[in-house]
Amino acid sequence: MRVVVLGLGNILLRDEGVGVRVVEALAERYVLPPEVEVVDGGTAGMELLNVIASCDHLLICDAVKEDAPPGTVIKLVDAEIPAFFQTRYSPHQLGLADVLATLTLTDEAPGSVTLIGVVPLDMELGIELSPEVGAVVGKAMEDVAAVLRGLGCGLGLRSPMGVGCAE
Amino acid sequence: MTRITIDPITRIEGHLRIDCEVNNGKVTNAWSSGQMWRGIEIILKDRDPRDAWIYAQRICGVCTTVHAIVSVRAIENALNLEVPLNAQYIRNMIVAAHGIHDHIVHFYQLAALDWVDIVSALSGSPEGASKLGGTLSDYRRNGVQEIRQVQEKLKAFVGTGQLGVFASGYWGHPAMKLPPDVNLLAATHYLQALEYQRIANRIVAILGSKTPHIQNLAVGGVANPINPDSQSTLTLERLFAIKAEIDKLGEFINQAMVPDVAAVGALYADWTQYGAGITDYLSVPDLPLDTKGTRFELPGGFIAKGDLSTFKPITSYQDAFFRDGVKESVKHAWYQYKGGDGARHPYEGQTHPHHTDFQDNGKYSWVKAPTFYDKRVQVGPLANVLGMVAAGHEPTKRHLNRVLDIASTVAGSKIPVEALHSTIGRIAARAVRCAVLLESLQNQWQLLIDNIAKGDFDTFNRPVFPKGEIRGFGYHEAPRGVLSHWAVIENGKIKNYQAVVPSTWNAGPRDDNDAPGPYEASLFDNPVANAELPLEVLRTVHSFDPCLACAIHLVDAKKRPIVQVKAL
Repeated sequence: MRVVVLGLGNILLRDEGVGVRVVEALAERYVLPPEVEVVDGGTAGMELLNVIASCDHLLICDAVKEDAPPGTVIKLVDAEIPAFFQTRYSPHQLGLADVLATLTLTDEAPGSVTLIGVVPLDMELGIELSPEVGAVVGKAMEDVAAVLRGLGCGLGLRSPMGVGCAE
Repeated sequence: MTRITIDPITRIEGHLRIDCEVNNGKVTNAWSSGQMWRGIEIILKDRDPRDAWIYAQRICGVCTTVHAIVSVRAIENALNLEVPLNAQYIRNMIVAAHGIHDHIVHFYQLAALDWVDIVSALSGSPEGASKLGGTLSDYRRNGVQEIRQVQEKLKAFVGTGQLGVFASGYWGHPAMKLPPDVNLLAATHYLQALEYQRIANRIVAILGSKTPHIQNLAVGGVANPINPDSQSTLTLERLFAIKAEIDKLGEFINQAMVPDVAAVGALYADWTQYGAGITDYLSVPDLPLDTKGTRFELPGGFIAKGDLSTFKPITSYQDAFFRDGVKESVKHAWYQYKGGDGARHPYEGQTHPHHTDFQDNGKYSWVKAPTFYDKRVQVGPLANVLGMVAAGHEPTKRHLNRVLDIASTVAGSKIPVEALHSTIGRIAARAVRCAVLLESLQNQWQLLIDNIAKGDFDTFNRPVFPKGEIRGFGYHEAPRGVLSHWAVIENGKIKNYQAVVPSTWNAGPRDDNDAPGPYEASLFDNPVANAELPLEVLRTVHSFDPCLACAIHLVDAKKRPIVQVKAL
């Protein structure tokens, strides 16, 4: 089994980069088993093909536009997701939608896709998250961890000394 | 008169907006507007110059690598710091492999769908497409069976009603003119290109430790320890694995991509008459061959009015002709310069946002308008290829002649070098550059192997920052053209930082003299058959491979259409 945890977003635009911050927090808190790969995808498009191709499960962390208060954490699975990444105007807009559509074309689409999304507050220039969104990174990270456990991945807690121990 | 607004013209949300006035089926005025504010300069202020590249590579989602590379070059330039040969070669290989990846993706995954009709490919004959491929090259993967398999896959895919990656193409548009067999051959290579661009990306990942954000750079060199025997470092085994990948890429680029671009270009020969725009061209030399940056594998320089005999080379990382020529105008951009609004050199550059509404004759873009000695220049693969030809670079001349020969054969008439000053010429030049980069990648690989064999394992020179103020600039011939970063450092901290990026040169709005930028100028006189479906406008804009900084990609949970074409 191969599981990819993919953080997306632009960390130079505060909360827009929350997905990257969530996967960073995950890698910092847990010792992950070898079948789990954590990737800081930034705002890349087609460069993610190699990473995502033929994984069994893809977990995406990203900022989401929702009519919900900033800091709300949402979870979407499989069929709900493609529509999210689908709005596009020309073949020039390559983003995750295109990566997933392309992998469908090459028969390498992930077996399952889960999105953990966080509603942003502040997407102005800056590298710090807003306090509201920063406060829910832990919750979003635990949601990701719960999905991983549900897939049968054993997570060990990283001790402050950086040595793994059983959870 | 019809006014077309295409917003945005690039990916997802709010980057590039193009406005055109169309009269009697032709574009008579155009505006190029960046819709995102880019403020990396503000984020970098007061930071440690050794960390600048880590932030700089987040400027853009597609061009992470190029901003990282040029940032360390700018800081090294300020310090007069030499870079060990091994580090130059490793960086050069990353640059070349990244460029190859980008050019393959641009032609097949981005630009081709403006010219190749995927739906028409479904009715092509695999036998006909295979035979056609055989007349263009000896490419191993033009067999009837492989083409038939691709066609069946596409039929099944389109049959589901979910066009997916092909959803927003202009299928059946009257400007789509290729015969079904040609469309089928191109569609087959479209699918194969997905494999090959990944090979190029894998080379970047092996050398850069990771993609999309490489980890191996340092001001003063690279962080790849070289040890021919150790497992954890850049070993000979890994280097030979890279060589095998390079060879696979060569087969596809030389036998599929170059003939495809030449043949498609010849079949759309009318597009050599549109889209020239600005024919003053600027490129910079790249792939340094010494520690100081005074000798380069690939030349670059300035060409006036499309006349190759006017070529003036840029010759070193200290080159004053380049350094002193660059300015940025904000007369039509949403910024203010304190202390006078005239165009400024990047060392004196400022980033003070000043937003207004979209004013046709005033400010209308978040992109500044760069000038070279107060004039607009076009950058990108076309500028680069013309510069290299003017400099007498043998591999570039050879690959360009091959493209022109194939195109002339397909067209049945001689296609001259002058045809390159056009929409289709920009696409052809990108394929030529891709083939040149492949040779460079092979050369740089050999140079690295030979240097290691001499017992030189150096990869890093430690930077030391003096008290007081120093200034430096770095440049790079990136896939979309000239990229430069400019840093003013005071007491070891960044005091000012400006990035003048390729899409700024090309997509910038009008300048201090109200002269249009390359995107705008290239759209004048473009045909537009149907203002509701402005495929022709997209062809010309896409030929530049538009990519504006800060790809923001917030997911919209309500599926609200965030993109639209307005024909007013």
